[in-house]
Amino acid sequence: MLDNKDLLGIKELSVENINLILDTAAGFKDVLGRDIKKVPTLRGKTAVNLFFEPSTRTRTSFELAAKRLSTDVINFSVPTSSVVKGESLIDTALTVQALGADFIIIRHSSAGVPHLLAKKLRASVINAGDGTNEHPTQALLDAFTIREKKGRIEGLDIALVGDIIHSRVAKSNIYGLTKLGAKVRLIGPPTLIPREMEGIGIVVFHSIEEGLKDVDVVMMLRIQMERQGKGFFPSTEEYSKNWGLTLERLSLAKDDAIVMHPGPMNRGIEISSEIADGPRSVILEQVTNGLAVRMAVMYLLAGVKR
Amino acid sequence: MSKELFNKKDMDRALTRMAHEIIEKNKGIDRLCLVGIQRGGVHLARRLSSKTKEIEKKEIPVGSLDIALYRDDLSIRKGQAVVRKTDVPFEITDFKIILVDDVLFTGRSIRAAMDALMDLGRPAAIQLAVLIDRGHRELPIKADYVGKNIPTSLTENVEVQLEEDGLEDRVIIEKVEIKK
Amino acid sequence: MKVVIQKGHIIDPSQGIDGIGDVLIEDGKIKEIKIQNTEVRNKKSEIRSQKSNPPLPPFSKGGHGGIKDSELRTINAEGMFVIPGLIDMHVHLREPGFEYKETIKTGTAAAIRGGFTTVCCMPNTFPINDNASVTEFIIRKSLDGLCTVLPIGAITKVQEGKELVEMGTMKDEGCIAFSDDGLPVMNSLIMRRALEYSKAFGLPIISHCEDLTLSEDGVMNEGLLSITLGLRGIPAESEQIMVFRDILLAELTGGKLHIAHVSTKGSVKLIRNAKTRGLNVTAETCPHYFSLTEDAVKNYDTNAKVNPPLRTKKDIEAIKEGLKDGTIDVIATDHAPHHRDEKLKEFDLAPSGISGLETALGLSLKLVDEGVLTINQLAEKMSLNPARILGLLTPHLSSLITGPKGTLAVGSDADITILDTEKEVNVEASKFLSKGKNTPFDGWVLKGAPLITISKGRIHECQ
Repeated sequence: MLDNKDLLGIKELSVENINLILDTAAGFKDVLGRDIKKVPTLRGKTAVNLFFEPSTRTRTSFELAAKRLSTDVINFSVPTSSVVKGESLIDTALTVQALGADFIIIRHSSAGVPHLLAKKLRASVINAGDGTNEHPTQALLDAFTIREKKGRIEGLDIALVGDIIHSRVAKSNIYGLTKLGAKVRLIGPPTLIPREMEGIGIVVFHSIEEGLKDVDVVMMLRIQMERQGKGFFPSTEEYSKNWGLTLERLSLAKDDAIVMHPGPMNRGIEISSEIADGPRSVILEQVTNGLAVRMAVMYLLAGVKR
Repeated sequence: MSKELFNKKDMDRALTRMAHEIIEKNKGIDRLCLVGIQRGGVHLARRLSSKTKEIEKKEIPVGSLDIALYRDDLSIRKGQAVVRKTDVPFEITDFKIILVDDVLFTGRSIRAAMDALMDLGRPAAIQLAVLIDRGHRELPIKADYVGKNIPTSLTENVEVQLEEDGLEDRVIIEKVEIKK
Repeated sequence: MKVVIQKGHIIDPSQGIDGIGDVLIEDGKIKEIKIQNTEVRNKKSEIRSQKSNPPLPPFSKGGHGGIKDSELRTINAEGMFVIPGLIDMHVHLREPGFEYKETIKTGTAAAIRGGFTTVCCMPNTFPINDNASVTEFIIRKSLDGLCTVLPIGAITKVQEGKELVEMGTMKDEGCIAFSDDGLPVMNSLIMRRALEYSKAFGLPIISHCEDLTLSEDGVMNEGLLSITLGLRGIPAESEQIMVFRDILLAELTGGKLHIAHVSTKGSVKLIRNAKTRGLNVTAETCPHYFSLTEDAVKNYDTNAKVNPPLRTKKDIEAIKEGLKDGTIDVIATDHAPHHRDEKLKEFDLAPSGISGLETALGLSLKLVDEGVLTINQLAEKMSLNPARILGLLTPHLSSLITGPKGTLAVGSDADITILDTEKEVNVEASKFLSKGKNTPFDGWVLKGAPLITISKGRIHECQ
């Protein structure tokens, strides 16, 4: 049983909670392999996707996960909503709850928004990404994928490469993987990796060649073009030249190392096409696993007594 | 305060008889398969399978079925049902399925199991084999093969303990709080 | 009106008074002080042994009534401290323009409840107090206020940081200092000119030290916590760079510089060094900077969102050190009330500010409890020094100020705060007299509180 009606972040999850979610997700992955990919478990419940930031992949993944559990889904995306008319965040959320939402899946550009809603609403709040804070379901599906491919997480050397400081995916993964006992390293330019990370026992590399030596898992992060304009790095060409993942650099990792990416990819910038399409990439499986993990999350949250 | 109703020998004799009954009723083991309901029925299904193998010299395929996702009491249970593995590694369409469970009580687990099976395929028929039938049906569900009928009251609980779980083979009955 | 405050422990740092005695007030001025026992030290234990829980003094109904001339009011201050009325040189009264957050009326009521007899209001109202008309409006509105309100004018027009305001004219209308608070004066040349020009009028320039290019759109202190919470951080250096710059400009110009809301260890160091070199630099801090660390925003609690942001333990220690050794001269509140709906928002979007008037004294008395300051020093930080910096110790030729403040010298204004260091108070934001209920101290139990505030010829009960 989970302790809390909401999933706000990996920071708030215990190791037991995380393992429970991953074990439950394994059961749901079964369902996804059948002909009839639907179970009546959460029939009659309602899930609302409240996305204040554009997203197709995550939103679709949550929508599908809910539908597979026989839950009704409403999609609420900001440009077409009353938020544009000046309605406050709290009012929007309370209105949605009044319509009978059992789950509110929220993505917002401000950190802490899911926490604010969780305090005010009876519904289960699921964080689908809040600013540069966390994206917990992504980290859970990444952990699930690693566990499936490698049999374990504890003791593995896992490298995260790219824009750590702005990446909620990176943050959630750092919290999750360290909790589960992996050895996490960060690779990227100094402007994109906060110095404070070294203070909490994570090894930082500014050279990708050194950082990738003998790792079991390479997790690439997307480079956001907006960062270029703000002095974080001079150009994407220079970024790619110094920190892009090429076959040559990948060969420095273990022979059975896997390559992950939360998507969407900037082919040719942070990751080469050959790797993205190659045998070591588990990128598409991450997507499938994402469905199973999100189904598990919704199932477990529904079981928490209010 | 618990009482032993079935010991190891009783259990073995009952399962042997049930195996014979299954073969007799179905005129052999053609297109037959056993599906044990998690958790109580899985080991029993395997035992029935080895017994029928002794008799007919042929294997009946065995699978396990998790019904957590099909339960009708998800919002009122005190604890949340753990999702376990469903492992039915064979085609069930047009097959006769023998659902196996340890204790038949209200019948709701069987109803959930049937729904789960229907989502996996279209069986030709579903029969039910239970080690203990303790009465108090809440749905129109009947077992085809019963190890033993034990009338009970609602203040009692029946538990099947098996060697596979590290316990002794036996069935015990004990008094508990009314769980309504 | 005649009032006698009896048997209180009188502390007046301006005159070196520290003893049990009576204070006699007549017609709004201090008439006489009689000290019985000059040997009494400022130690809690000694005072407590003399104390017998005093009953509340008899007032006319409501406690804030006017007092007839012929009556002699007696206030039994046994077991309590009697000090010169507290002067808060940094409050935001929000009027004109933001009356939904606070008005001069509600703000001064909150001030009195907090033990303050004078408040200095910052100019970032709407319209901004950058000209004599707005100053005049504020003064006119303040006549009904329960305590004295002294306006601080902006440094630059519309606080744009480009053109200086008419300091002379505004001084004549009643401004006692100038500040662009809320914003720094980013342009060093303009800041230089402000410090130079203000010399002609003898008024201090109060600087909000923040390098906007470094603080960008930060919302909390920069550090491991800001990264963990996913919130943009404001590095301590953002404050220190401007403190450094302003000190150098003060040295260059000889102007009077007062540094507002000091929040970092580095700033304290810089100010200490400036004072060692004999520069005319003074500084203030606020109770939240010695009571809370950045941990207060861990749950995205917008009530702890303030600018400058709450910092770390090391900064708290340095600030206490700075208060102790005199580097920091003043404790001011930076009272910044906001409407409840504004704080009930995404952390990034909620406005910064803490409603501080009604908790300041309680939080500051903790410093006395911890041995960081004596009551004498506390009275300096919250009354004498602000008065000195703002030139209120010498009588002004202005309709507002007829007598000295910050002192209990005979002939000075009868602005008095009577406080009890033992009284425990539960902080209840919903009961604040200020419209702003935004405080991270809600639910705290504070030991020590103001009991009676005397200002503008009236006696007020605080609790």
